[in-house]
Amino acid sequence: MSNITDLSLNELVNNVKSKKISSKEITKAYVERSKKSNKLNTYIERTFDNALKNSEKFDNSPNLEKKLPGIPFAVKDLFCTKGVKTTASSKILENFIPTYESTITQNLWDAGAILLGKLNCDEFAMGSSNETSYFGNVISPISDNLVPGGSSGGSASALAAKLTPATIGTDTGGSIRQPASFTGTVGLKPTYGSCSRYGIVAFASSLDQAGPMTRNVKDCSLLLEVMSSFDPKDSTSVDFKRPNYFTGLNKNIKGKKIGIPKEYRVDGMPKEIDKLWEKGKEYLKDCGAEIVDISLPHTNYALPTYYIVAPAEASSNLARYDGVKYGLRADGENLIDMYEKTRSQGFGEEVKRRIMIGTYVLSSGYYDAYYLKAQKVRKLIKNDFDDVFKKVDAILTPSTPSSAFKVGEKSNDPVSMYLNDIFTVPVNLAGLPGISIPAGLDKNNYPLGLQIIGKPFDEQNILNIAYSMEEKINFKLNIKDWWIK
Amino acid sequence: MAIDLKTVKHISKLARISVNDEKAKKLEKDLNSIFKWIEQLNELNTDKVEPLTSIAETKLRLRKDKILSENIRDEILKNSPKDNKDYFVVPKVVE
Repeated sequence: MSNITDLSLNELVNNVKSKKISSKEITKAYVERSKKSNKLNTYIERTFDNALKNSEKFDNSPNLEKKLPGIPFAVKDLFCTKGVKTTASSKILENFIPTYESTITQNLWDAGAILLGKLNCDEFAMGSSNETSYFGNVISPISDNLVPGGSSGGSASALAAKLTPATIGTDTGGSIRQPASFTGTVGLKPTYGSCSRYGIVAFASSLDQAGPMTRNVKDCSLLLEVMSSFDPKDSTSVDFKRPNYFTGLNKNIKGKKIGIPKEYRVDGMPKEIDKLWEKGKEYLKDCGAEIVDISLPHTNYALPTYYIVAPAEASSNLARYDGVKYGLRADGENLIDMYEKTRSQGFGEEVKRRIMIGTYVLSSGYYDAYYLKAQKVRKLIKNDFDDVFKKVDAILTPSTPSSAFKVGEKSNDPVSMYLNDIFTVPVNLAGLPGISIPAGLDKNNYPLGLQIIGKPFDEQNILNIAYSMEEKINFKLNIKDWWIK
Repeated sequence: MAIDLKTVKHISKLARISVNDEKAKKLEKDLNSIFKWIEQLNELNTDKVEPLTSIAETKLRLRKDKILSENIRDEILKNSPKDNKDYFVVPKVVE
């Protein structure tokens, strides 16, 4: 048999169910590989001993009806895990141990999965390169000194490096799809309201969604099925009949109308990405889909809108970190001084910058000019999508305007960093589902992704389109284990 | 609308984040470049557009006014930055 860590999530599940591999064997293989991969800096907290114990427990009385029977999972450190340190990659939560479990991780454990550890990300999920983490940069297994993208950078890096069979991330403006694209993996942001936000460290509550990150589309459908559930503990969780995404997965996309938005051809986009997009269209035609030219006229305004809405919500959400009930506390001369010093010492530069932007746009005299204006433009962006979805079943775009970049290359220019999310942000603003799949390589052999955007709650459709394209693309992630001595 | 140093200090006060002069100057530069970029939204006429406040179209649900977890004082105090088994401790507020 090939290496255990080379098997996909679905293959592992089948092997456990047919009793060919035990949970202990799988867990041991991932623990050993993870232990040799410190150079990538993917883990913040390791729970390897517990994982091994839990895998033994599973093997002693295996429940093979479970969807993720005894499968080990490392997860983004934005999900609260009961009794296991959860930091959101921030100094202010450096020693925070939740007394409750997020609904998403609970769904994983209920399906039989086992926690391997917590993965690095951008601080409070604010970043596109995993360079804002208090616990240091994450390195991509694609190449030394290359960023894995962000904010779910540790998740993407660990997944591509085979330190976890699959993983989960969160996506507020592209934080699942952009790192998936940078690392040659599959990442899906579900429709707003599909996956519970309960127990996820909040960034921008009207945009945040958790989603699966996997090595292929089949694994993605399986993991989404486990993650998505109606949750009364999340006030914006939507109570709809969730399909069985995994059993419903098929390659019949004949006659589907796929829109190609002209506004996604941006200035300075490398020719390779344009070519990849063209190839994507050809693959879809080969599968029997119909290509339709469409226009999303307010696309250019999505990013500036996002950089008002998201920081405004963040400044409000992060007001809770005041040093009183949990988290870091700095000593001050009085209560206000204690707040100011705690927050100054506890937050990193990017988080402070966004809190400042958010505070400014919500402050007296500026609310209408910025925040209200952004909410109106957000409506126009959503209207764009509503209009085109009367004509098409899904939309195909590149996932990112460039491939991965070097550590430090963009960290001094916030606006150039923000531009990374130009193709992913509109999807969050409109609350739609989007999936990024690996589609090719650039001249440096760095992966490039294509994004498929769907109608609200039409995840099955974009999964099926992705599944059909995946077969045609036949992408192989050829990573040499250069970081393992 | 340029953001000056005085405004940066005012926002930092509102945000309860202390910044020294050097950091304030850096923030002044960053915020101005970000807001200059954001200004492009003014190209759009939005006079007749309704603001989008939430993607979720459902009305907020009501639930029974029932206590779901009791006697969890110790759990709640567990992550308190200053040790005390009965209360959260803060600097003196009332003189």
